[in-house]
Amino acid sequence: MIAHADNIPSGRHPLVKFILRWLLTTNHKEIGTLYLSFSFLLFFIGGAFALTFRAELAQPGLQFMGADFYNQMVTLHGLVMVFGAVMPAFVGLANYMIPLQIGASDMALPRLNNFSFWIMPFAFGLLLSSLFMPGGAPDFGWTLYAPLSTTYGPPSTDFLILGGQLMGISSILGAINIIVTIFNLRAPGMTLMKMPMFVWTWLITAFLLIMAMPVLAGVVTMMLTDRHFGTSFFEASGGGDPLIFQHVFWFFGHPEVYIMILPGFGIASQIIPTFARKPLFGYASMVYATAAIAGLSFVVWGHHMFATGMPLATELWFMYATMLIAVPTGVKVFNWVATMWDGSMTFETPMLFALGFVVMFTIGGFSGLMLAVAPVDFQYHDTFFVVAHIHYVLYPGAIFATMAAVYYWIPKWTGNMYDERLGKIHFWTAVVALNLTFFPMHFVGLGGMPRRIADYALPFTGLNTFATAGAFLLGVTQVLFLYIIIKTVRGGPKATDQVWEGAEGLEWTLPSPLPLHTFETPPKVD
Amino acid sequence: MSQESLHAGDGPPDYYVPHSSAWPIIGSTALFVTAFGAGHFIQQSTDKVPTATGSYGLWIFLIGLAAVAYMMYGWFAQVVKESIQGLVSAKLDRSFRQSMFWFIVSEIMFFAAFFGALFHARVITVPWLAGASDNLQTHLLLWPDFADTWPLFLTPGGGLTQAMAAWGLPFINTVILVTSSITVTLAHWALKKNNRGALKAWLGFTVLLGAVFLVLQVVEYYEAYHALNLTMASGIYGSTFFMLTGFHGLHVTLGTIMLAVMLIRSMRGHFTPDDHFAFEAASWYWHFVDVVWLFLFTFVYWF
Amino acid sequence: MKYAFSCSGRGRLAFLLFFLASGAFAQGWDMRPGVTEISQDLRALHHMSLWICIIVGAIVFGAMFYTIIAHRRSKNPVPATWHHSTKVEIIWTIIPTLIVIGMVIPATKTLIEIEDNSDADLTILVTGSQWKWHYQYLEAGFGFFSNLSTPTEQINNIEPKGEHYLLEVDNPLVIPANLKVRFLTSSDDVIHSWWVPDFAVKQDALPGFINEAWARVPVPGTYRGQCTELCGMNHAYMPVVVDVIPEDEFQEWIDDQRIALEAQGEAAIAARSRDWSMEELMPIGEDVYLSNCATCHQPDGSGQGITYPAMTGSAIVNGPIEAHISTVLNGVAGTEMQAWGPQLSDLEIAAVITYERNSLGNETGEVIQPLTIFNSR
Ligand code: HEA
Ligand code: HEA
Ligand code: HEC
Ligand code: CUA
Ligand SMILES: [Cu+2]
Repeated sequence: MIAHADNIPSGRHPLVKFILRWLLTTNHKEIGTLYLSFSFLLFFIGGAFALTFRAELAQPGLQFMGADFYNQMVTLHGLVMVFGAVMPAFVGLANYMIPLQIGASDMALPRLNNFSFWIMPFAFGLLLSSLFMPGGAPDFGWTLYAPLSTTYGPPSTDFLILGGQLMGISSILGAINIIVTIFNLRAPGMTLMKMPMFVWTWLITAFLLIMAMPVLAGVVTMMLTDRHFGTSFFEASGGGDPLIFQHVFWFFGHPEVYIMILPGFGIASQIIPTFARKPLFGYASMVYATAAIAGLSFVVWGHHMFATGMPLATELWFMYATMLIAVPTGVKVFNWVATMWDGSMTFETPMLFALGFVVMFTIGGFSGLMLAVAPVDFQYHDTFFVVAHIHYVLYPGAIFATMAAVYYWIPKWTGNMYDERLGKIHFWTAVVALNLTFFPMHFVGLGGMPRRIADYALPFTGLNTFATAGAFLLGVTQVLFLYIIIKTVRGGPKATDQVWEGAEGLEWTLPSPLPLHTFETPPKVD
Repeated sequence: MSQESLHAGDGPPDYYVPHSSAWPIIGSTALFVTAFGAGHFIQQSTDKVPTATGSYGLWIFLIGLAAVAYMMYGWFAQVVKESIQGLVSAKLDRSFRQSMFWFIVSEIMFFAAFFGALFHARVITVPWLAGASDNLQTHLLLWPDFADTWPLFLTPGGGLTQAMAAWGLPFINTVILVTSSITVTLAHWALKKNNRGALKAWLGFTVLLGAVFLVLQVVEYYEAYHALNLTMASGIYGSTFFMLTGFHGLHVTLGTIMLAVMLIRSMRGHFTPDDHFAFEAASWYWHFVDVVWLFLFTFVYWF
Repeated sequence: MKYAFSCSGRGRLAFLLFFLASGAFAQGWDMRPGVTEISQDLRALHHMSLWICIIVGAIVFGAMFYTIIAHRRSKNPVPATWHHSTKVEIIWTIIPTLIVIGMVIPATKTLIEIEDNSDADLTILVTGSQWKWHYQYLEAGFGFFSNLSTPTEQINNIEPKGEHYLLEVDNPLVIPANLKVRFLTSSDDVIHSWWVPDFAVKQDALPGFINEAWARVPVPGTYRGQCTELCGMNHAYMPVVVDVIPEDEFQEWIDDQRIALEAQGEAAIAARSRDWSMEELMPIGEDVYLSNCATCHQPDGSGQGITYPAMTGSAIVNGPIEAHISTVLNGVAGTEMQAWGPQLSDLEIAAVITYERNSLGNETGEVIQPLTIFNSR
């Protein structure tokens, strides 16, 4: 039996009640909704920044903005997309789905859950307000390299740091909640090795968050004291070193990129079996592979620093360890293909996005593997080749996975089916647009165009114009996605409880739309 | 289900899910106010930011801190109340425990960042600046007068400082913290045997030790600033020294407050021999602070 | 094109269209081969890993495509139920491991070669600063600055852009062909990165540290690259241009430089031995201002926000002359205002200060003489 205590005062104005409900809620579905909406909003903001600087890159020369504003846009784009769009989207899905998938009535610590969420808008308020501060927003890239960010950073850098720390608190508390929920609230009979893959990948992601986020908090704290309190962590004249910044940052930063992809792996591992109508191939090896990726992610950070003058032995270590990650990741990809093999497949929108995810993430993984070859990274590093890599793993990776998840579960959430035809249009335009945008970046990068430049030499013009056109088309597809979501929330053909014929798992035993409270008596799993 | 019907049920619910709570939003607002105030305060107190004038930042920061304290008090008081009402099931208790464990893991990683900086500086940066292995050119062309020592008495830029000796105050502080770890365990044993008198005595002693540690730390800082010219600004040695010991000191302060609250609660008759999670959480935290200190003593003071 | 066909998989049609279209834009599709042995080794390694990816991709995506077509519901209404096979899983763990090992062996060899900085014939200290490079010939004992020479009119789309838009400088680095040249990279302010793609040399320039890299360039010619580490506002405007000249001409070039330096010294003596008039100084000052100061302080002296102060009405520009001279000569520590003393001659500094004080909305009427600057150094 589960006890609920309701404190929302009755008899108030409906608007007040509405606001209070969302401000005070401890319900995992409502908090999940908050996270997802927040992340979608920030995705639009980050995308708008991208369109702003992509417009500038359409032609060589400075058309629309000064070079410094360009840097501000790139920095905010990176920060907002990584911390504001991808991470909260995955946390939102975790909130919504993990209790349903393990047969729990809610998250383990519901009030803490509300706390974790409501820190985020404040943190990003601080970060985005920097745009309006004298001296402008942070302009040193999302990697915040010292001393550009310390000695030379604009005043708003302090607010970036403080906002970053708030965001770190939010992520850590959220991760603790998720881990504890998974360890502690599973329905009777739901052993660890029976958990759905999404839950498994999130368990490991939460572990990565708990290990990585405090390190980020530490390094931005050093930035703050270097800026204002006379310390010299990153100053050679005091015996410090800008490379200390990079090492500590990437010790966080590389696990961070897996934080942005592991839940996506979990989503693909849920959706592909459903639409192949065949159980996931190699469940156990999927779990081990995820754990191996997570473990390796802590010993490979130096692959971002090949050109910084590390000793040879260190470079070799980081090259070997990084390339090893291709092996467990390969296991996952092969297992997905094996899951499909001899299945009985249909291609509804979630499946399309999941397949798009597998293919294009793999392309991104391949370019990652190429980047990991240390000697050649001297040529790739800090060029648009890297930009191409990150967008293949992040856009058709993290973002496609999120979209697949939304299409997959939204009938369960709202009780309405989305518009299948529009969903397919969304998928195909997105595939075309994002390849138009990001594929040419491989070539401009190989041709020698550095990243983070507001203006470029003439040979890169054609492909850049092309990429800009793609980016705007990609923007249009996002608007279409927004439209589809709104349409589904407001109505549509009623979804059945099962929704997808081939779907398995506890969430499908519940009614569509979901009642506010579910699994108040835990289900039995055998 | 309303509050009343909760009492009607017999035995604790399987899991208590508060339907809504104001404390989290108070908390996040308070954190925001704190951060906002801290940002303005920092900018107003250095000349690096010409546009930041006035001194309201400090006040906003303090208001924020007060609000955070208020939130913690209110939130924990509510949890305590729920616990006394018997709403905490064994399962919820386990959730609390596991959360505390992972929270401490995250704290360890926070310290790891600073230890990482320390080790990098000692093992790689300082030797590099002094021209070790194939970095001779850095030494010859940029810092010809710089020698590799640790503690770094003379920075490449020419800053001079003295080292903090390990076997004076720091050693006494080590003894104090290790002793306090033992006394808090004795208090725990006493609680488990339901020996309330011993519980209060040992716990009180632990709080006292924590306070003494902090006082000695202040004395040490005073000495560092006034006798040794060892400051935050005296190069990487001073930076790592003060950041590591400073954050540790902050954690000791928090730990001492936590233990003091536990002392007050013990005096009010809270905790039973088999249900005292809050006490255990505070003591875990205290052990964690102690272990961090041992690393500090070894790598910051001793070697 | 080959990349396109094999790496596409799903959405092949989209890819095909895209490739046909972007073919029209194709300029350089592949990593530049470069001219050094290392750069060609790297290109070979690049091709090796690219081909491995293409082949693995072709197999994976091929299998996926096949199953998508063959095992769709209308073709295969009853799905199989098997869900693991330890044997297969072990195979596809081992094979990628072997592939990776195969990739790593040649990569290790090349990396060891790249990191071997010993036995250089010539050493050049490359120092980055916002936003230019300084090259110091350590053996010969002289050096010079290298600035972007693309006019602002081209950047602001007022004039048509030249062939080497953004990749041209006033003083290129000159090195001899066929000799092993060692580059020591360092920086005066933030991290920069010195990259010449055709040499496959990319080395971060860290403030307070020195990194090493080397190149042996067999083919004389002009090679162009850019700063590749975000270093602030004008990161895009910090090109690297290297003139590689035949070995035997190099000594001659060094001698010429020495002579030129001596001439410069004499000119400086001449400049400070006489008084200059406002009319003489102003046009020189304007030139210096526009080519050095205007990126930050703006051509009209209005500055940019709070970061780059306006010259118009500035307290320093209109205040005591000593503070003005020292700001320009020594810079302002910890800001982007760098020390101009090492880069500009006495005459140039005198002229630019005179210009600032009597133009850009300021009117102090003061004329600053090169001798004053010489004495303040
Ligand atoms: C979701 C995010 C994500 C993911 C999953 C990855 C995955 C990987 N990344 Fe990526 N990376 C980023 C996000 C991500 N990266 C970002 C944001 C940056 C830039 C940061 C910045 O500077 O701003 C970056 C930069 C980056 C660099 C630094 C480049 C540079 O700055 O010079 C390197 C270098 O090694 C690298 C490598 C890899 C590797 C080896 C993987 C591997 O995990 C990929 C493994 C997958 C595969 C290989 C494909 C599937 C495998 C098979 C089908 C098996 C068989 C294959 C073979 C054996 C060939 N990444
Ligand atoms: C998850 C992460 C994520 C995502 C989703 C994206 C999405 C996009 N990114 Fe991002 N990017 C990063 C993470 C991400 N990026 C990171 C980490 C960096 C490195 C930053 C750094 O160097 O510090 C980077 C850098 C980066 C660069 C390199 C800049 C440089 O180095 O100079 C470029 C260049 O084109 C780019 C482009 C884009 C585009 C066009 C999209 C598009 O996919 C965006 C699509 C979304 C929209 C367009 C928004 C939706 C719609 C509207 C706003 C409505 C209005 C629009 C219309 C009606 C048209 N990104
Ligand atoms: C890279 C950018 C940059 C360039 C190029 C630059 N400056 Fe500056 N300058 C600055 C900054 C930043 C400051 C503010 C320093 C501070 O905070 O006190 C400054 C300050 C000054 C001041 C003091 C103004 C005041 O009111 O504080 C003078 C005078 C000046 N610069 C002259 C020059 C001259 C002359 C040149 C060219 C020879 C030049 N600057 C080139 C960035 C630049
Ligand atoms: Cu110098 Cu970028
Ligand atoms: Cu990485």
